[in-house]
Amino acid sequence: MKLITAIVKPFKVSDVRDALRDIGALGLTVSDAQGYGRQRGHTEVYRGAEYKIDFVPKIRMEVLADDDDAPRVIETIVSAARTGKIGDGKVWVQDVEEVVRVRTGERGAEAI
Amino acid sequence: MHLLLAEATQVNAGDTAWIVVCTALVLLMTPGLAFFYAGMVRSKHALAMIMQSFVTIAVVSVTWVLVGYSLAFDHDAGGGLVGGLGMAGLTHAEVAVPGMHLSVPPLAFVAFQMMFAILTAALLSGASADRMRFGAFVTFIAIWSVVVYAPLAHWAWSPQGWLHQAGLLDFAGGTVVEICSGASALALAFVIGPRRGWPREMMAPHNLPLTLLGAGLLWFGWIGFNAGSALSAGYLAASAALATHLSGVGGMIGWLVLEKRLAGKATTLGAASGAVAGLVAITPAAGFVSPLPALLIGATAGVVSLFAIRLKFRFKYDDSLDVVAVHYVGGVVGTLFVGLFAAAAVNPAVRHQGLLLGGGLTQLARQGLGVLAATAFAFTATYVIAWVLRATIGLRVEPDDEVEGLDSSQHAESAYEFTATSGLGRASR
Repeated sequence: MKLITAIVKPFKVSDVRDALRDIGALGLTVSDAQGYGRQRGHTEVYRGAEYKIDFVPKIRMEVLADDDDAPRVIETIVSAARTGKIGDGKVWVQDVEEVVRVRTGERGAEAI
Repeated sequence: MHLLLAEATQVNAGDTAWIVVCTALVLLMTPGLAFFYAGMVRSKHALAMIMQSFVTIAVVSVTWVLVGYSLAFDHDAGGGLVGGLGMAGLTHAEVAVPGMHLSVPPLAFVAFQMMFAILTAALLSGASADRMRFGAFVTFIAIWSVVVYAPLAHWAWSPQGWLHQAGLLDFAGGTVVEICSGASALALAFVIGPRRGWPREMMAPHNLPLTLLGAGLLWFGWIGFNAGSALSAGYLAASAALATHLSGVGGMIGWLVLEKRLAGKATTLGAASGAVAGLVAITPAAGFVSPLPALLIGATAGVVSLFAIRLKFRFKYDDSLDVVAVHYVGGVVGTLFVGLFAAAAVNPAVRHQGLLLGGGLTQLARQGLGVLAATAFAFTATYVIAWVLRATIGLRVEPDDEVEGLDSSQHAESAYEFTATSGLGRASR
């Protein structure tokens, strides 16, 4: 099993969600995130005092997938989140040792 | 504060109704100021900022009734410097105000003036934002309202005050409110020292909608502040109301145009700050100038105040919310502009017209004297009070408490519970 984590632009979240639903991915967790990669922040000015805002608002999306489904999920996220401009984000994948569904106690792939 | 109707002695129902309404309008300015300020600080200090304004309503109302009013408006105790204690506790305040011929009951005047004392004191909290102990603030403001505000009000507004007798024209508080709070704010900022991390760390406003709401309330109340200072409901009140509004407009335009040129963007904080700067500047002038000069006074204040914000970075004083740049500088601009544009046609109390209306330098010189005297007194006296308090009870919170935020360390509360985890607590009793 894999945990697929994606950092995407906030306005792309609904596109990614819809694309994942279309391929039958059944669960998705999102949270607010801030950070920077190659895309740097911006400047804000308050009464003449300038501040550099290094961190850019992003959304972190997390999906659990079976080993076989993972490549398709990754491909779907990448194509739905891409604008071609700097700051589109990143996707990374980790192995997952165990998954348990809280309600039923099911384990492993059954619980995804 | 000048007496158009010097002969009126009977209580006039219309005037009384107007002054009582204006009392409520000016009261509302202090909660307005609370929001104006709170939006500009970081979220961990928002409640503490609001609380300082609210508690000032309570503290200064008490000091005003006990001695403040008497020191400001009782018979002069000597040299035009301070009033006596004959009206301490308001025991004899039902009798006429010495030297004034009011068409409203004296207690209406007492209440109206009380709101000015409150607002002026609350303005100081902008200079010491985010680092002053609550108890120290309460103590400071109680002493300050008696030792600094009341005497200065006597100088400029009591008919027996020395600045009044020297011919200073201060309609609603260019010296008594604006220069007084601004010069005092400068002294307080020097004595208390900068916020930890200033000016290196980001200390951006956390809620500008709150600041704009506050600016709107201030603007609304300012009509009562200035037009009420006519102390009558007639031509002078109407003229002061219009001048006040136009100067706020001029201030907003002036600030935004300059800001757009300097920084590339017109900001909402700039709109709010410019409007307030314009309203500050018209305060001494509202009852003495006609509409177009009012617009010009506001625009000038908006431009000069924006430049004046740079001073704190150059001279390294953390006047956190720019009380000096907006109130002191705006107050000076307005007080001096009375010497340029004061018109007898607007107010018969004007004996020497402004320089630009052919009246020569007489009034301008008197206004300059008022600026210097109010600045020197307010700065020096506040510096001494703050220094003594720092040496005795201490002014600042502990470093850890400042980092954690005043809301939590001073009031055991937090202003915002926005996330699911922030509400996860257990009842401890």
